Amino acid sequence: MTTTQTTSPGDAVPTLNVAHLSTQFATRAGSVKAVDDVSFSVMPGQIMGLVGESGSGKSMTGYSVMGLIDRPGEVVGGSILLKGRELRGLPPDAMRAVRGDRIAMIFQDPMMTLNPVLRIDTQMMEAIFAHHDVSKDTARAMARDALARVGIPSPDERLLAYPHQFSGGMRQRVAIAIALLNKPDLIICDEPTTALDVTIQGQILYEMQKLCRESGTALIWITHDLSVVAGLADTVCVMYAGKIVESGTVQQVLEHPLHPYTHGLIASAPSRNPRGQPLRQIRGMTPSLLNLPVGCAFRERCDRASAECASEPALEHFDGRALRCFHPIDPITPIAVAVASEPVMDATSERLTP
Amino acid sequence: MQEVSKSADIETPLRRFSRQFFSSKIATIGFVLLVLILLAALFAPWLSPQDPYDLSRLDVMNSRMEPGEMSADGKLKFLMGTDEQGRDMLSAILYGVRISVMVGVVSTLIALVLGLSLGLLAGYSGGRVEAFIMRLADIQLSFPPILIALILLALTGQGVGKIIIALVAVQWAYYARTARSAALVERKKEYIEAATALGLSPLRIMLRHLLPNCLPPLIVIAALQVASAISLEATLSFLGLGLPVTEPSLGLLIANGFQYLMSGKYWISFFPGIALLLTVVAINLVADQLRDVLNPRLQTQ
Repeated sequence: MTTTQTTSPGDAVPTLNVAHLSTQFATRAGSVKAVDDVSFSVMPGQIMGLVGESGSGKSMTGYSVMGLIDRPGEVVGGSILLKGRELRGLPPDAMRAVRGDRIAMIFQDPMMTLNPVLRIDTQMMEAIFAHHDVSKDTARAMARDALARVGIPSPDERLLAYPHQFSGGMRQRVAIAIALLNKPDLIICDEPTTALDVTIQGQILYEMQKLCRESGTALIWITHDLSVVAGLADTVCVMYAGKIVESGTVQQVLEHPLHPYTHGLIASAPSRNPRGQPLRQIRGMTPSLLNLPVGCAFRERCDRASAECASEPALEHFDGRALRCFHPIDPITPIAVAVASEPVMDATSERLTP
Repeated sequence: MQEVSKSADIETPLRRFSRQFFSSKIATIGFVLLVLILLAALFAPWLSPQDPYDLSRLDVMNSRMEPGEMSADGKLKFLMGTDEQGRDMLSAILYGVRISVMVGVVSTLIALVLGLSLGLLAGYSGGRVEAFIMRLADIQLSFPPILIALILLALTGQGVGKIIIALVAVQWAYYARTARSAALVERKKEYIEAATALGLSPLRIMLRHLLPNCLPPLIVIAALQVASAISLEATLSFLGLGLPVTEPSLGLLIANGFQYLMSGKYWISFFPGIALLLTVVAINLVADQLRDVLNPRLQTQ
């Protein structure tokens, strides 16, 4: 069990290795590729940010790993290796044993993820009993320790409380404590701080980072907030229309983005714009997954698109990062200049409603 | 010390519930009335002056006595008069309420458990299971309740068990529908997904997480349905298809006095009618307040 971060993927067994994962949804208008040929790996103790707009497939990637894709959706290809063990094709019972034990998930809305009618201790002990044959006292002690670890004051009393007696930030801490209960190898966080205010978000990010480094748990942080990724993650994957368009370490991707989409995302963050200037945005909308442009899915919104982009660019690997673009941005170009197109809303394609 | 102050400022769900419930005067009256009726029904054998089922104790000399008259042997005062067999109406009503309430509550509970299980199963599993259960409920609901009950009783015959079966057959579909729609709403919520992500078994998720959150609307319907079950049982008994004459429920008592109504002997039908009315009204008052208290949209702190 290594707690140190490994830079070359050859050294140790990654906690999670996803290769060519594809998830499709059967709809009346045809099958939708929500996740298309997605590959990444996370090492123990490492934090990976999974970034993209709504509908880019980032949450669906997380759900696919958890085996939580419901009809009409289906994981149609690729492999999901958890510490070298293939999760795809596991029978439901075996997958249920992994879920909540080896992989935990934290959801977006802390107001909704706790059962309103059950006490905290009931909900926490239930999560332990689902996977471990321990006595009630042991389970209670484990629950208490987990609450203490995420910074909840007087955990003994809080165990007896109901979810409505907690604030939003506290509830998310409880959700994190539940995720930590069985000491999972991997935690998937689906925008867990989006619903919280900034100061609470900061505290939770700090706790998560600390817990992750201490225990060697790998973390996948799904978000659309690049500033969170910048402060928290080691590596980042940027998704667009179900595909990874760029990945690498946080320094590489956020400081020198190569893909025009990543570039646009970074430039869209309000704080980066000088005062008084109109806010920048990426023109157009995320295309409907039912009606993707041929070739590069981003080309209709891209200033650098050429005739070449009508064919699909492959994901190319170099310098420990990966990129799916024919016209990468020169790494030394300053961001503000590169995305200097006027911010026009241009509905070239239908709006996506997944 | 800290323990004490902590438990004092955290209001338990039960305490909040009772505070909200008794904030309405009319609901409190309904509740008190209902408790009195239930107590009277429960302790009927000790409260009633006469055992109305013991035919050897009845005297034909006492038949159709007016309220307040003394019995022929001078031992008993008939506060509510007697019926044509010389039965004390007060005793008969106490026993009648007992049977009516028992039949109403038992049939509602069985129908609730049955409908709730089927509805939850339908809402949670979806697909063919759901289609089958819900179409069955639709078919059942497309017939008038009294028609189904009449047919069933005509086929099976009389008896307490049989009328309970008939009432369950009439009622289960309401619960199945409500439970399903509540389950569909709750299923979409993240805590169910979170429970799935914890690796809990489907049965556990259904019983431990889905069920308690689907209960509030069902409790309200169940409370209202007790009243309608009692009315329906009274109707069936009035028509002569309900309970046997040896165990008269309120409906049968009303039916017995019906033929004497025009001859001025009002009490044989009137007092059981009042008892039925009070029971149904009390239950409805309590159920209405339950609905208001349990409705999350009306929750105010």
